[in-house]
Amino acid sequence: MSAETLLQLVNAFAAGRIRVVDLTQTLSPDFPQIVLPPEMGQCWPFRIEEVSRYDERGPAWYWNNFSCGEHTGTHFDAPIHWISGKDLPNNSTDTIPVENFIAAACVIDCSQESAADPDFLLTVDFIRDWEKRHGPIPRRSWVLMRTDWSKRTDPIAFQNFDETGQHTPGPDADAVKFLVNDRDVLGFGSEAIGTDAGQAYHLRPPYPCHYYMHGAGRYGLQCLANLDLLPPTGSVIICPPLKIKQGSGSPLRVLGLVPGG
Amino acid sequence: MTAPLLRPKRKNPVLRTRLPTLPPAIRSRVALGLTAAAARGSFELQVCRDCATVQYPPREACCACLSDRLDWRVQNGAGELISETLLRHSQELFFRERVPWRLGMVRLDCGPTVIAYLHGDCPAAPARMRIRACLDRAGQAVLVALPEKETPNMADDRQLREMTCDPKFRKVLVTDGKTAAGQAVVEAVAAAGADLIWVGHAEPWKKLPGFDRLKAIPQVALLPLDVTNSRSVKEIAGEIGGRVDILINTADHHRNFGIASRHGVETARAEMETNYLALLRLAQEFAPAMRARGADGQSSAVAWVNLLSIFALSNFPPHGTYSASKAAALSLAQCLRAEMRASGVRVVNVFPGPIDDEWNQQLLPPKLAPAALAAAIVKALQDGIEDVYPGDVAQEWLARWRDNPKALERELAAGAG
Repeated sequence: MSAETLLQLVNAFAAGRIRVVDLTQTLSPDFPQIVLPPEMGQCWPFRIEEVSRYDERGPAWYWNNFSCGEHTGTHFDAPIHWISGKDLPNNSTDTIPVENFIAAACVIDCSQESAADPDFLLTVDFIRDWEKRHGPIPRRSWVLMRTDWSKRTDPIAFQNFDETGQHTPGPDADAVKFLVNDRDVLGFGSEAIGTDAGQAYHLRPPYPCHYYMHGAGRYGLQCLANLDLLPPTGSVIICPPLKIKQGSGSPLRVLGLVPGG
Repeated sequence: MTAPLLRPKRKNPVLRTRLPTLPPAIRSRVALGLTAAAARGSFELQVCRDCATVQYPPREACCACLSDRLDWRVQNGAGELISETLLRHSQELFFRERVPWRLGMVRLDCGPTVIAYLHGDCPAAPARMRIRACLDRAGQAVLVALPEKETPNMADDRQLREMTCDPKFRKVLVTDGKTAAGQAVVEAVAAAGADLIWVGHAEPWKKLPGFDRLKAIPQVALLPLDVTNSRSVKEIAGEIGGRVDILINTADHHRNFGIASRHGVETARAEMETNYLALLRLAQEFAPAMRARGADGQSSAVAWVNLLSIFALSNFPPHGTYSASKAAALSLAQCLRAEMRASGVRVVNVFPGPIDDEWNQQLLPPKLAPAALAAAIVKALQDGIEDVYPGDVAQEWLARWRDNPKALERELAAGAG
């Protein structure tokens, strides 16, 4: 690859021939965090405390300290996050090969199905049907499940709890196995709070997307936004997590590159 | 008979809000014994261990035999009004703004004669009275003579209301309405005649039992308040802070771990976040406006209530990190009390024993019903009590702690909760 290619890339950005789409939710204390039973350890929500704001604590500068979990807001899941991936090589945020943070993406539109059924499960048949229209999913690419869930700006609707727990869409166990074994994907991304469905605790195995993806050394992205602005194929996403030593994941900025102009 | 309190007219916004003034606050160290008892709602006088004389005012030695072996003992306060007077002028700003002020001399059945504020329903001397020690706006004990029997609308007496923090016609913020205790407090202050009750609720996506019931209470206004989120506290304080007359901080994070029974610090940190840092956040954002409104007419800012725990006094090892967070909160509440003092806004600390909720499931009864806790909080506000130990367990632990804190530490370490 020549330097010219990179120059062409930069020029394409400058000329607007590549559109950059922000696929990230804003980190805010109001954004909900994952809910676990209260007796378990909990992921911190995003919190922010002023250090100084041009005042007696620091006369000319404004800055904050923030705190959050590795799995707060739009975030990346590393294989070490799940017990199935705990012994894999290069399984944490500091050791994952950086070239994996830039890859092609396939966007499977499940927005109508998810609107009709918040417990919608993405199946192998649904994926094969998508492939009939858009071609086979290329190996080492991201599969992003578009549900338009990120458009639920009311946190109650986003979380969608009732007394039986959370109701959000995700993949079923066979679909995940298919993506890993038959399509060799790089990872799976979703718009809801997890890559797995809200009721995935009741699937076999529980949380199949976490279990199989991370067990195979693949990655997860969740709380993505603006997936409706990506084409079904042909986009590239950039998603490097923070380089946390032995990190299981990290909040991050996710960018989508879309051919345009 | 006392004229019943009426809903106050709306404030005239062109008039300056009156600044708080305090009654004389200086007391000798020994006189603070009266205050310590009044803070718990008790009337105690010094009793000589050698000659059994009951004396008032408090002194270093017995007024009859000069013994210094004096014990503070609970008195029933029964006595006879022998004379009265009406204060019509005072150089003290507090009284200058409140004259005429009714005073009397009451000869207690236990011996001494005391000077007391006279409730408006007290008949002319001679008449039977009961004396109560109340905390005044300066936080010091004063004696109040009440009619022997309850009279209608007794709590609405003008002078008595200067000692109490009655929720009637006041605007109340309950910081967390999602817990069983929080819900019970909302219902109790509504029944006590609060004008408006803001009810904070965090994480609105978590539906918890009983919460929807609060929406049916006419005075209730729900607020998205998360006390672990500084921005949320600031925002809500900006919105309603200037109108809160009574703040009741019911936010509580309770887990059942000691040191060895839980890895890491996450649970302890969450407890500190809600039980300690949240109090600091609330105090920084809400206290300034409340301090400024300590004398804002009939429905002035009047009280700040902290839901602590009897475990704040001495660590209960099975709930060890929780106890530590409540001890931190108690210490901060003392700081808040000192900072609120000049405004006359009372800081009320509540020290319940185990509440009958899911986090005390495995503790044996007696456990405090949330409704009983709420009733104790309202009563403390109505009676002007500052330190509240509701329920049998709290009372028993308090007695053991006052008697010998080291003994209680050893007993709790041995599992004798």
